[in-house]
Amino acid sequence: MIERTATIASTVGLHARPASIFAEAAGDLGFEVTISRAGEAAEDAVDADSMLALMSLGVEHGEVVVLRTENDSAGDSLETLVRILETNHDA
Amino acid sequence: MQSYVGVGVTPGRVVGPVRIMPPALSAPPAGEKLDSSTSAEAAAAKLKEAGASVKATLLERAGRATGDSKAVLDATALMATDPMLIKAAIKLINTGLSAERAIWDAGDTVAAMLISLGGYMAERSHDVLDVRSRIVAALRGVPAPEIPDSPVPFILVAHDLAPADTATLDPAKVIALVTAGGGPQSHTAIIARSLGLPAVVAARGVTELTDGEFVFVDGAAGSISTHPGQNDVAAAQKWTEQATLLSVFDGSGQLADGTALALLANVGGAKDAQAAAAANAQGVGLLRTEFCFLGHDTEPGHDEQVAAYKGVFDAFPGAKVVVRTLDAGADKPLPFLTDSTEPNPALGVRGYRTDSTTPGVLARQLAAIADAAKQSAAVVWVMAPMISTPAEAADFAAMCATAGLQTPGVMVEVPSAALTARHLLDRVEFASLGTNDLTQYAMAADRQLGPLAALNDPWQPAVLALVQATVNGAIAQAKHSAALATEDSAPKPVGVCGEAAADPALAVVLAGLGVSSLSMTARAIPAVSAVLRTVTLAQARQLAEQAVAAASAAEARELVRAALPALAELGL
Repeated sequence: MIERTATIASTVGLHARPASIFAEAAGDLGFEVTISRAGEAAEDAVDADSMLALMSLGVEHGEVVVLRTENDSAGDSLETLVRILETNHDA
Repeated sequence: MQSYVGVGVTPGRVVGPVRIMPPALSAPPAGEKLDSSTSAEAAAAKLKEAGASVKATLLERAGRATGDSKAVLDATALMATDPMLIKAAIKLINTGLSAERAIWDAGDTVAAMLISLGGYMAERSHDVLDVRSRIVAALRGVPAPEIPDSPVPFILVAHDLAPADTATLDPAKVIALVTAGGGPQSHTAIIARSLGLPAVVAARGVTELTDGEFVFVDGAAGSISTHPGQNDVAAAQKWTEQATLLSVFDGSGQLADGTALALLANVGGAKDAQAAAAANAQGVGLLRTEFCFLGHDTEPGHDEQVAAYKGVFDAFPGAKVVVRTLDAGADKPLPFLTDSTEPNPALGVRGYRTDSTTPGVLARQLAAIADAAKQSAAVVWVMAPMISTPAEAADFAAMCATAGLQTPGVMVEVPSAALTARHLLDRVEFASLGTNDLTQYAMAADRQLGPLAALNDPWQPAVLALVQATVNGAIAQAKHSAALATEDSAPKPVGVCGEAAADPALAVVLAGLGVSSLSMTARAIPAVSAVLRTVTLAQARQLAEQAVAAASAAEARELVRAALPALAELGL
């Protein structure tokens, strides 16, 4: 399993447009990626490709999240997702 | 030729093709089991396929939209294949539920989760439920329950329209509204008046029309006929010409003899108010404050409320703006105020009555109105909805005084208020007749029910008698106070702010009954003004007497219309 952390850059947090952009990118990967707030148990992580699940997390601007996948060769893909989270999509 | 007759709610004659709105989707029965011939895997695959097709439809539509509506459609499209929703549904399919019921229940769960998060998330719960309906429609192979899309303008035919349909109704595409259900006070009627669309409601059988068929709609007569002839086409053309004449008001409501009768606008927010001011309305006779509260699951804060009210006040500097305090309950439920489990919400804790079960909300609203009034140049009056007794009027007046609001009033919607108007007006400064609810309560007929449309008619002589009783109460109160020499002898103002004021013929009757102002959707003002200017006060009084004395609503309407040649000349 590999992990990456990211700080939410969008001013509205991970809702609305930023959430749909991220969920779509995660869905395009073809393998499971989960997301949770930093410091929360991995069991509480939700599917990264579900916009509804992302909205239910309610992560705000400036919060840190953890991305995880069982696919050990997916480091680059996770980096791509990190860049999406660290871009302000409302700017 | 086939004809249908209903109740005309907005005048206008048009010829055009019909588009039928698909019927509302029925919920799959609770606990509906998977068909024994279908495996769970096959059902899950069908569900995924339905989700994907809904997503494709919405994305295609998003591609044609711009701005906010594009963003909303894009996000909604994504929900149709969202793993959280679909996985939850597939889990339910694996326990033996049908695909339809599984997505139905999964949608409920996700919507409830979003509502519990509040704010922006709670608003998105409607999108989830919309997507769910579309998926169920796709599974059933029926069209999605929404206003049809069409490249050419059309006459929308539906069973009935819900408030939510307004958002998707494009006035550039829809040229008339016809519904099989609904009454003259239904949401369809209110939407039609605010958009100025010719409309007929309660036209039984009309949903049997064929999609694309050409019909002639006469919104004044309340009729629809198939195979329109040359006369119909000519009538429609003549209406188009007159409609432009009937679109301007000079800002001075009066009768033929110069008797002044203020023509005010009903508004539901700053945008409406600006449009009403641009249309020369002489003020606002009804500001519905629900706009500030609906869609909230908690009470909006003081500053938010002040800004919302000030937005309306600023459109009418120096003019009267009558604010109706929060009217929640019955058809306008609010989670933090009303109990949705009441067996008879229209007879339940609604309007002013919510102050007894949830004290504080009204006092805070009055404080916000007072603050907004201080910061603007409008002449602000406030009135409470659903007042039934003089004691309630006194309590409301005291709350207004505490907030620093000078002109408290009451809505007269409950027959008891009309019959005790004299005592009510001893305690407040004005009364405003809400004819929609007054009719529903006088006739004991739910205003949303199509089969009761004939009862739910403000022309009912009993309703007109209650209007008369209210005006007489104001006169009696003035005489009584003059005898005690406590106040001057002019009766306190009694206005009308229900949909009845927007019917030009009924407006003449109301003027004759002695009301001092009429408030309506701004679009209706020019036609009402044009007809009022053709009668003197003496003529209006005579017509009013005849209408009150009539034996039926139809007789009252016919008597009055026959005496007003201007109606036919103007195509009203």
